[in-house]
This record gives sequence, structure tokens and C-alpha cells, in this order.
Amino acid sequence: MLTIKRYVRAQSLDEAYALCQKRANVVLGGMLWLKTQNRTVDTAIDLCGLGLDTIEETPDAYRIGAMVSLRALEQHAGLGALTQGALAESVRHIVGVQFRNLATVGGSLYGRFGFSDVLTLFLALDARVELHHGGTVPLAEYAARPYERDILTHVVLPKLPGRVAYASQRNSATDFPVLACAVALRPDGVRCAVGARPMKAQLYPGDPALLAGGVTPETADAFAAAVAQQAAFGSNLRAGADYRRGLCRVLVRRALLACKEG
Amino acid sequence: MEIQLKLNGRPLRAAVEPGTLLLDFVRAHGCASVKRGCETSNCGLCTVLLDGKPVLSCSVLAARADGCEVQTLEGLQAEAEAFVAFIADQGAEQCGFCNPGYVMNTIALLRENPDPTDDEIRAYLAGNLCRCSGYEGQLRGIRAFLDARGPAKEGHHG
Amino acid sequence: MAETKTVGKGVRKKDALGLLLGRPAFVEDVTPRDCLVVKVLRSPHAHALIRSIRTDLATKVPGMVAVYTYEDVPRQRFTIAGQTYPEPSPYDRLILDRRLRFVGDAVAILAGESEAAVDKAMKLVKVDYEVLPAVLDPHTALDNPVLVHPEDDWRALCAVGADNRRNLCASDRCGDGDVDAVLADCDVVVDHVWHTKPCQQAMMETFRTYTEIDPYGRLHVVSSTQIVFHVRRILAQALGIPKSKIHVEKPRIGGGFGAKQTAVCEVYPAFVTWKTGRPAHIVYTRQECQTAGSPRHEMEVHVRLGASKQGKIRALDVYTLSNTGAYSEHGPTTVGLSGHKSIPLYTGGLEAFRFAYDVVYTNVQAAGAYRGYGATQGIFAVESAVNELADRLGVDPVALREQNMVREGMRMPAYYNEPANACALDRCMARCKDLFGWDEKFPVRDMGNGKVRAAGVAMAMQGSGISGVDVGSATVRLGDDGIYNLVIGAADMGTGCDTILAQMVAECMDCDVDNVAVFGADTDASPYDSGSYASSTTYVTGKAVERACTQLKTQLCALAAKGFGCTPEEVEFTGDAVRRLDGSASVPLADLATRAMCNNTTAVQATCTHSSPISPPPFMVGMAEIELDKETGSVTVLDYKAVVDCGTPVNPNLARVQTEGGIVQGIGMALFEDVHYTPAGRILENSLMQYKIPTRLDMGHLQVEFEASYEPTGPFGAKSIGEIVINTPAPAIAHAVFRATGTWFRDLPITPEKVYTALHAQP
Repeated sequence: MLTIKRYVRAQSLDEAYALCQKRANVVLGGMLWLKTQNRTVDTAIDLCGLGLDTIEETPDAYRIGAMVSLRALEQHAGLGALTQGALAESVRHIVGVQFRNLATVGGSLYGRFGFSDVLTLFLALDARVELHHGGTVPLAEYAARPYERDILTHVVLPKLPGRVAYASQRNSATDFPVLACAVALRPDGVRCAVGARPMKAQLYPGDPALLAGGVTPETADAFAAAVAQQAAFGSNLRAGADYRRGLCRVLVRRALLACKEG
Repeated sequence: MEIQLKLNGRPLRAAVEPGTLLLDFVRAHGCASVKRGCETSNCGLCTVLLDGKPVLSCSVLAARADGCEVQTLEGLQAEAEAFVAFIADQGAEQCGFCNPGYVMNTIALLRENPDPTDDEIRAYLAGNLCRCSGYEGQLRGIRAFLDARGPAKEGHHG
Repeated sequence: MAETKTVGKGVRKKDALGLLLGRPAFVEDVTPRDCLVVKVLRSPHAHALIRSIRTDLATKVPGMVAVYTYEDVPRQRFTIAGQTYPEPSPYDRLILDRRLRFVGDAVAILAGESEAAVDKAMKLVKVDYEVLPAVLDPHTALDNPVLVHPEDDWRALCAVGADNRRNLCASDRCGDGDVDAVLADCDVVVDHVWHTKPCQQAMMETFRTYTEIDPYGRLHVVSSTQIVFHVRRILAQALGIPKSKIHVEKPRIGGGFGAKQTAVCEVYPAFVTWKTGRPAHIVYTRQECQTAGSPRHEMEVHVRLGASKQGKIRALDVYTLSNTGAYSEHGPTTVGLSGHKSIPLYTGGLEAFRFAYDVVYTNVQAAGAYRGYGATQGIFAVESAVNELADRLGVDPVALREQNMVREGMRMPAYYNEPANACALDRCMARCKDLFGWDEKFPVRDMGNGKVRAAGVAMAMQGSGISGVDVGSATVRLGDDGIYNLVIGAADMGTGCDTILAQMVAECMDCDVDNVAVFGADTDASPYDSGSYASSTTYVTGKAVERACTQLKTQLCALAAKGFGCTPEEVEFTGDAVRRLDGSASVPLADLATRAMCNNTTAVQATCTHSSPISPPPFMVGMAEIELDKETGSVTVLDYKAVVDCGTPVNPNLARVQTEGGIVQGIGMALFEDVHYTPAGRILENSLMQYKIPTRLDMGHLQVEFEASYEPTGPFGAKSIGEIVINTPAPAIAHAVFRATGTWFRDLPITPEKVYTALHAQP
């Protein structure tokens, strides 16, 4: 059971930052995961009054506030176009509309949850996160870091050319993924992220040379097989490691082919 | 701590504990329609509109709703009455425990998308669990309402 | 059958709009909020003895009123199974026991002024556990040196073959003919074991009860229960107080599906209120529901099915091992249905059958009653065996069933020799085949990209009430203005029985259904009813309603005749009036009602009680079309068609929604709903985050039709519908998955990983 002793709606990022230096304090995102935990929070720090719920477009990127909901991401036309629908595809399975109206992109990325669809896709999109003190950090680097006491304020999605596709496998429609794969096929190469392994998502290089001659069912499969060999998988309630490895090859291949078809 | 919000149109000032969930807050303020079905944000029974958006009131601190407008089915009776009779005509209400959450989310759906397809209805309501009806009768009810109403006008709000 | 005006119509449920508009209706909505909060401290161990338990620190928490341990509760054992006395479920419970028998078993009861106080106190109860070896595997339970119930005061009231010194909750065998000889003579024998999990009812409203002492000093219980009268008896036994001191009622119930046929939570607040004199309530968390509830019995069903080359099913040998968990609730009875509601489907040419079972105690969550009640498990096994037979013989599984199925007029040896008075199973099959497009969909179709489509079929039966046991009663009363009050002890748990029974009154009394007000269920006010379970309400209580109406009409005629100065034989009831047959006089019903309330000695209320010596089975056919992704193992249900013979559908809308709801629960059981234990016996699927019931994106498209038969012993020809509807999806979907993959899946649920693994294991 979650116990919260004090609630503070931060008036500034500095205030939030200062508060979150204490171990017993927590920055609230959508509170969906936090709520299921058995812990006592000294101060719950709410960022909802800091205007972090907007999506700004610049000539070369989208800058997304940490408090933007997954539902807002799903419905955003510009992000939909940038990702050819992959963004909506990556979040539409997450429980339901009411849940996605609460879940925040900042919470999803800060949490670096193993099951995170958002982390998986954003890795393939070369996202960067902006930390109040730590500055701008590539998401791949951020995802690999231990939890630190800094405030994730924004995530930046660069407008990169190329195609994106997202594929996940779930035991039932709105369950956590058993495996999640995101592929971005760019003029300068391919980015492939695999999440819900069930460990958190990570980028895998595969063997880019395999795709040098273009994406065909055969080359896609070979590339996918390379990724499946590189990635580490584990077992949990939903599936075992061997199945995940097998799925990885299927989903990466399908995502690659979807990029090509698109 | 004290919060101020609008509950079903009425301004309300109340003392809450920092950890009080919006679900418990609105139930304590006369909104018995809002139900709890799980502890893990999975069932949708506690759906309310927070500044017009459907959310799980079990996962929102009452403190976060400070300054917001909260609507429950108690405050949206007329909007619900427009379509729930069609669900009743299917017998799809069954035990009724999931109904308020599901009706609230249907209100949100119809405000957002006045002419949804069956697949859009299913997708929007996916977070509303029901163990009695098998869902099909709920869908038939909404479909019957939409068909009886005819095409919605632009900007229609329920 | 005769033309009917109200029976057979899709009348809107009486409480529909109130429920849809969120009006207060449920336990938590209609009871005071400022009552004691009751919670239960639960065992972290699968098997342990309490060496010592300290409650002093917990009791000192401000706002705490009481902390009770095993030392505080009465010592007589009881069962919480809601069954007619003497219950077949052995008496093996105490309110709190020193021995803890599963992870989640009750250690202490805490009561306080607020949830916060109770939560705080919960952490301060200090328990020293002597952890004992646990029996977690039902296969090793029988005659295991570790006993779940070693106590001397364990008691079986009925001869169910129970022996607590062997971990045996029940055991029996029966048969007809020489099964071994017939099997030896068969051309083909299908011989396998099927396994189903302890699935949860997962009704949206968790268990909850409110209790208070009323002005008469009696214990007033408002509970979400299907069984008010059984709850009264159970509480009297548990608390050791007279039944006259207890009054139980149910408000609207947020779903039951059998879960609330067991008094899962009532004893805790009742004990608190009885001890403290203060109002109290308990509301189970979803986690408690999932781990200390009353789920389906896990069963392993071994079927040996013998047939001739020509497809004649000649012998069925069924052995079921059922796991009742830590306590006996419904253990001795659910298991019977695994054979008695599966084998009779093939009465057609069956020469011999045998059905034997053992029900064992283990140190896991106690099982209970869940829609289907053992039939679901048995039908999964037997129907799967028949589908496998069809495959081995290379014949169409529909044709094979048509060749062997039970038909109207047959006597069913495996169903206590009851006759199939009304049986439209053959018509259900023909109609479903047509509706589904069986001939087009049965062949496996390759959709490209690794996906194939395939189809499967299954039949089912159930009962209508427990023959010779269940009692249904109804009081019908004429009131002011000619309205009727119907008072029942059956519990509408969302199914609509209040409305269905009112339709029967409206039909009998020739009035509008809005003219009938329904009340129930309340042990002080309702006539006795065993409760709403075992698919009994429409069939058993419905007949009581019909008979009460007949009796009321006689009373009305007598009252009117007195006014006319003639004999009752000279008048007739016409719905809105009673008239003299010679046309010389007529009294409107409203006037008769007025007359009944002034200087009157003729009752205008009739109570009738009904019980049935037989339990006529409803029948059903279900067909599933799936798409299976051979690369990922995903199974998607595209289409599910079902045709049901429930006798006369009294309210086709409600019967349809019952069917659809049951099918979706069946789909959940087949594909998603799983239960895993840690090595220490803790359930991992302890929430709706982990225990995945189907959403509306998981069930494909459903279509349900009815093939009516006319059951002569039922009201208006009705049988039952509530339970049978969950029985076909598991075997039909397993069949379709076999068609798509070439592998039979005999362990539920059929997860994508299992499918994938099987496909990749193939040479």
C-alpha cells in the first residue's frame, strides 16, 4: 500500500529539484505504477503546475513536456506523421483511454520500466531527454543510467528522415507486452530497440551489413536473427526467455518489412 | 491540506489527506456511482471526467484535482439518459457494478467522436472491464442509440 | 405451448436504468460509512501453526477497537459453503484457527474506526509462526504424511467418502455396464488427461458485508450474497448463536458467478459486531478476492473414450482428481458434475460408462463454486476427447456428434437415469452449423504471413437446480389499486431473475410487468429459498411463482364470489377483474384489493414452495473460429456462434446476454486466465494486472441464438441458462487450435508461448 505523508505542487523546477534530493520523496508522474507499490512517500512532488504538459514543435524536433499524457502522444497529428503511426501503435494497448490520460511520458521514461512500450519506441527514435540539472542526454544513455535524483523535464524527438515501425506481442490485448520491438529505417542506417525482454528496452545493432543490399524478407530475417542473438532475454510470469528470443526474430523482421512497405 | 474544486458543477472546498485518492474523495462527497474494482488501475470502474477527460479516479490524488473540475455520473444524468435506455433494451447492464464507469467513458467517447465505428467503440472502451455481459450487448446498445439518433452534427457534444 | 404475452419477451430489467445511471444500490452505497472497518491479517505461509501471537501493540493504535485471534473465537467447526443442510462440504473451518492452511488464510481480525488505523495496526500484530511442510501438489496429497486437516473435530455430515486422515475431501465411483470389457473391444480408444486451473469468478464487486445490531438486539447483515438463508445458518453456526438472532439481506449484487454462493467474508464483520455491538463492514481488496476467495476447483480429468471404426461412441471412462485446496467448500459436489454433466451428452450409443473421483485437500486457496461447477472442467475433457476421436477416425466432428448425441426422450444412465424430456441438442447443432458456416470454416485456411484460420466445436449440458434438494418459494400478494408484490428469497445478482420472475407473475395474472413489484432477498421477509445457484432460479423458483399465482387466483375468485353471493366455481379471473361466468357481475381488481383490506378474512396472498425431483439439462452447441499466428503463437478468437436450448427462453434478451457473458468467461478460461504458485505456495496472479480476464478486444464477435424445447416440469417450459454457457469455449477453442497447429492442448490456458513451443518442437 502506498502512503503519502505530504503533497507539494511544485512552484518551480528548482523547488521540485530541491525536494527530490531526499530519498523518501518522489516526483509524481501518472502515479499508476507508484500506486501499486508498498511504500511510504514522505513528500509527493507534483509537477502538474509547471506547464510541462505541452508538445512544442521546432523546425527540427518535437519537444515534449514530461507531464504530457500517453493519450496526448497517441492523438498528436505531428507525432503521428513523424512516426507513421508507430507512436499510436506503441501505446494503444496500454490498458485503456482513462489510463493513458493519466500516464505521462516523463513517468514512463524516468521509470525505465522493463515493460515500457514508450521507452522501446523512443530509443529507436533517437530521443533525447532534458534533465533539470543534468542537461540534455541521449535517451539510450539515460536508460542505461541508475536512477538519479534529477527532474526529467522534457523529451525531444528529432525530426529524422526515414521510416518507423513498432511491433509487440501480448498475451491479451491490453496486457503488458511479452516483447516489444521498434525499428527505424533511416538513410544512414537502422535503429532497432527491443523491450520487455522482460528487462528494460535496449538498442541492438544487429548486423547492418546484412541490410546493405536493401530490406527483403530474407535480409530482414537475417538481421532480425542477429538482433535476437545479441539481445539478452529473461523469464517472468508472462513468458520464458526462449520464447522471447524467438519472438524477437519475428517481430524485428516484421517491423523492418513494415518500414520498407510504408 | 485543503483543496478547492468543482464537483459536478458545485464549487467545493474540503480538507483532504495528502494521500487521499480522488475516488475516495468523490464517494465521500455523495458520488456513490464511482466504484472501485481493483487496486491496479485495470478495471475502469472508477472513471470520472477530470477537466473533461476520462481518468481513473483511483489513480489520481484528490490533491492533484485541486483547482480542477470533476464530473461523475451524478452530474451527467441527462447526457447519460440519452443513450443508456438503449443498453437497458439489450439487458446488457446486468449486475450494474461496472456501469457507471463504462457509461462515463462512453460519454467521453461520444464527446470526442460523435460517430464512432464499432471498432472505435471497442478500442475506446477497452479499459472498462465487465465480467457479466460479454461486452457484445453493450456494443449493441450503443450502436442502437447511434443508429436511432442518426448522423451526429459537427461539434456535437453528446 | 400456449401463446404468451410477457413470457418470451425481452422485457427491460426492472433495475436497469437505476444501475446504468449509477444510483446507490450496492452494499457500500446503502450502508452507513461511519462504521468499524474490518480487515483480516493473512498468513504468509502455506502451512503453519501460530506459536504465539501478540496484539497489544496493535490494539494500542489510536482508533483501534479490537484485534481478535484464534483464542477469541468459538470452537465449533462449520463450512462456509452455501448448501442445503446437512451440507456435503465437511465442517473444517473455524472463524480463526491456530493452524494456517494456505497463503492468505486468516490469522487475525482487526477492527478500527478508520482504515488508516487498521492498516497501521496490521503491521503491529506480532505473530510467531511455526512453519510446517506444505502439500502443494494435488497428485501427492492423498495419503501424504502432511495433513491439511489433522484436527479431531473435523466432521463430514454426509457420506461423501471424505477422510481427513488421508487429505481426502470426497471420493466416489459409479458406472453402468462393463467399461473395461467394452473399451477392450473398441477399435479406437482416446486416452488422455486434461487439466484446468483454479480460475477466478472475478466479479467486478469484490466480497463485502455490512453488519450491525438492530433495535431488537439482533445481528443485521447486509451482504453481497447469492444465499441469504444459508448465510444465516452459517453465521449462527460460526458464532454459536441462535438463528433467531440473525437477519440477512442482500441489496444489488455486483456479480457473483458462484463466488457469492460461499460465505467468504461474512463471518468477520459479523463476529466483530456481535462482540462489540458496533456496526462494521468489510470490503475485500481485489488481491484478497484473488488469493483468499473461492475459485473454480482445479481438476485433472482422465478420459478413456472408446469407439468403433464407424464412429459409434461405445464407452466412456472418466476419472477426476479435484483440488479443493485448504478447505472443503463445494469440493464433494463440484466434482460430480465433471462426469455427470459430460458423459450423458453421448447417451446415444453408449454401452458402458464409469465415473470415479477423488477430491483432495492441499495447502492452497480453497476452491468453491464457479459457474459450471465442475461440468466446465469435465466437458473440456470429454468434448476434447470426442474431437480427437473425430480426427483419428477422419470424420467430421459435427457428424460424429450427430451420430452419438443424446436426443429427446432418451433416458440418461450417467445422469441419474433422468429422462431427456426436452432436448433440442440436435436442432442446436444443425442451427449452429448453419449459422457458423461450418462446412466453409472447418477446413484450415492459410491467410499468408504465417497466419491460419481454423474452427472448432463443442457441446454442453448442465442441470436446472439440484434435484431433490433445492427449494424455491414465492409469495405473490394483491395490493392497493390491483398491484402485485412478488417476494422471493432467490437473489438477483445481475442476471435479471427479479424481472424474469415478475414476467411470470405478469403472465399468470394477465397484467403488465410494471404492475409487479419484486422484493428479495431477506431472511426475515422472504419465503425460504435455497438461493440463486445451481441454475435453479428460473426453473425451481419460477415454478413456485407459477403455482403461487394459481393459488392467488383461487383466493381472488373466492373473495369476489363472497361479494357476489355465489360460489367460487361460478366466477372467473380475467386479469383486470373477476367476473361471474353468467356475466351478471364483475368486480375490478382494484376494488377487490380495496375490499381485501377492510373487514376481510380471505387472504389475497399466496406462498408456494417448489422442489423438483429431476434437474432437466439445458443443452448448447458452440463453434469458434480463430486466427492463429504460427510465428508468434497468438490465438485470436474471430467469431463465436452458439445455439442454446434452455427450454423456453423466458426473457430472450437476458438469456442472450447471459450466454454472451458466459462465452467470454469461457474464452478467458481457454486463453488467458492463469494461476501460478511460487514454490512456497503464493499465488502470483493476485490482481487484475496479472490475472487477465478478457477485455472487449479479446473476444471477437459473438452471435447467440436459441432453439427452444418445452420442459414439461418447468415454468412455461423453461429450463436453465446461467451456467451451461461457460462450458463450450475451452473445448471448441482447443479444437480450433489443434486444427491450426496439429497439437492438442490439454492444459489451460492455451497461451501463445505454449502454442509457439509446440509448433517449434514439431519435427
